[in-house]
Amino acid sequence: MQEFFNSLFWTDYGLPGLIMVGQIGAMIGVVVFAVAYLTYAERKVLGAMQRRQGPMTVGPFGLLQPIADGVKLLSKETIIPSQANKPIFILAPIMLFTLALVAWAVIPVNYKWVIADINVGVLYLFAISSMGVYGIIMAGWASNSKYAFLGAMRSASQMVSYEVSMGLVIVTVLLCVGSLNLTDVVMADRPFWVQIMLLPMLVVFLVSILAETNRAPFDLPEGESELSGGFMVEYSAMTYALFFLGEYANMILMSAMTTILFLGGWLPPFGIEALAFVPGIIWFVLKICAVLFFFIWTRATFPRYRYDQLMRLGWKVFLPFSLLWVVVVAGVLLTFDALP
Amino acid sequence: MALDNIARSFLLTEIVQGMALTFKYMFKPRVTINYPYEKGPISPRFRGEHALRRYPNGEERCIACKLCEAICPALAITIEAEPRDDGSRRTTRYDIDMTKCIYCGLCAEACPVDAIVEGPNFEFATETREELFYNKDRLLANGDRWEAQIAANLAKDAPYR
Repeated sequence: MQEFFNSLFWTDYGLPGLIMVGQIGAMIGVVVFAVAYLTYAERKVLGAMQRRQGPMTVGPFGLLQPIADGVKLLSKETIIPSQANKPIFILAPIMLFTLALVAWAVIPVNYKWVIADINVGVLYLFAISSMGVYGIIMAGWASNSKYAFLGAMRSASQMVSYEVSMGLVIVTVLLCVGSLNLTDVVMADRPFWVQIMLLPMLVVFLVSILAETNRAPFDLPEGESELSGGFMVEYSAMTYALFFLGEYANMILMSAMTTILFLGGWLPPFGIEALAFVPGIIWFVLKICAVLFFFIWTRATFPRYRYDQLMRLGWKVFLPFSLLWVVVVAGVLLTFDALP
Repeated sequence: MALDNIARSFLLTEIVQGMALTFKYMFKPRVTINYPYEKGPISPRFRGEHALRRYPNGEERCIACKLCEAICPALAITIEAEPRDDGSRRTTRYDIDMTKCIYCGLCAEACPVDAIVEGPNFEFATETREELFYNKDRLLANGDRWEAQIAANLAKDAPYR
């Protein structure tokens, strides 16, 4: 036994592998738990903004409601339409949920607290979040239903449109920090005037992530009122739950991305050194919560966009504006010799 | 004017206003009640589940005059009657088909002895249709169960009758 623990296999592969599996398990556990309570928080906040109570029956203040919902969805029958393409129909929600979790590998939750500290973290994150559209298209196509198909079409064009301006926003941030590594993005020294220049980009980014995660007011792919559920209309029980989990995991992921790119990750807010005694992870979580609150807040406030308005906003407002702002920021940085 | 509009839309004034409104509403008191645990107030005239009342000495009030049966617009009430051993007229059968009843309250209005009344109970949903065909025993049991509240409600409503 002692020999085994000293062997090269254990020190070089066994132990690091175990640690990695542990890290991944911890990350997935935390994210899934957060997703469950995000649904609860959403229902409570929406309720409060509409002067209702929200879930109140299961547990004190309805705190066990997400668990009850999970049990209910798990115990229901999964219905697969006879006209559906079965393998793809089942694969789609799995893919969407997996992609929402996989992206967490590069998210630094504190200084050096990251599963994979790779130098192209931003690109990886962007690529993974764009892949989510495949899950939705697969779901819409494999369902072989008109509503699901329309939802998938909408989703595809919407996500592609808003990714363009999101890409430009990320380019602006990268111009200011000079690194694709997410830890470096957070740690980069950003003067106050650079932050001010990035502020309009934060607004564009916040609106774009609403469109990217198919949230209200851009929830046209789902469109309960006109498409009765959009791409998930044929899904039930666990497959539906996976879509749901995937959507909310994506929301949290996008909030984490906003936090890292714009809000300074695990650093105290506004660079106040006196608040540095609070552990970084707490700031990180609080900032994510703030962005998530913004998600729910907009849902409570705005009605759904019409489809052509959505496209107009994406292509005729955000794209020109973010292009212009990339040029402005790059020009200013070059003029004042502030490029990192 | 065009510049004004552009400035407004780029500074998101209307969006910020809307969001400020919802944020303000978040801290206002809730207007809903936690229903199964908390119930809204009910008027003394509330017309809910029917009940047949008794006098304080336990004698049933109904004298089988059949005015309720006659006035019932939905024909939900069925009464059969014959003299009891002591010579008084009593019902042998008093059925209300609760699936026919329209809760108009005319039976309670017609009753000369306040025997049939509509009580304050509105939570009597059942799993089968048959359970809603109420017979005399069921109605008298209802009366015993809700008597205190029914009497209080009748007393409160008396000045307006």
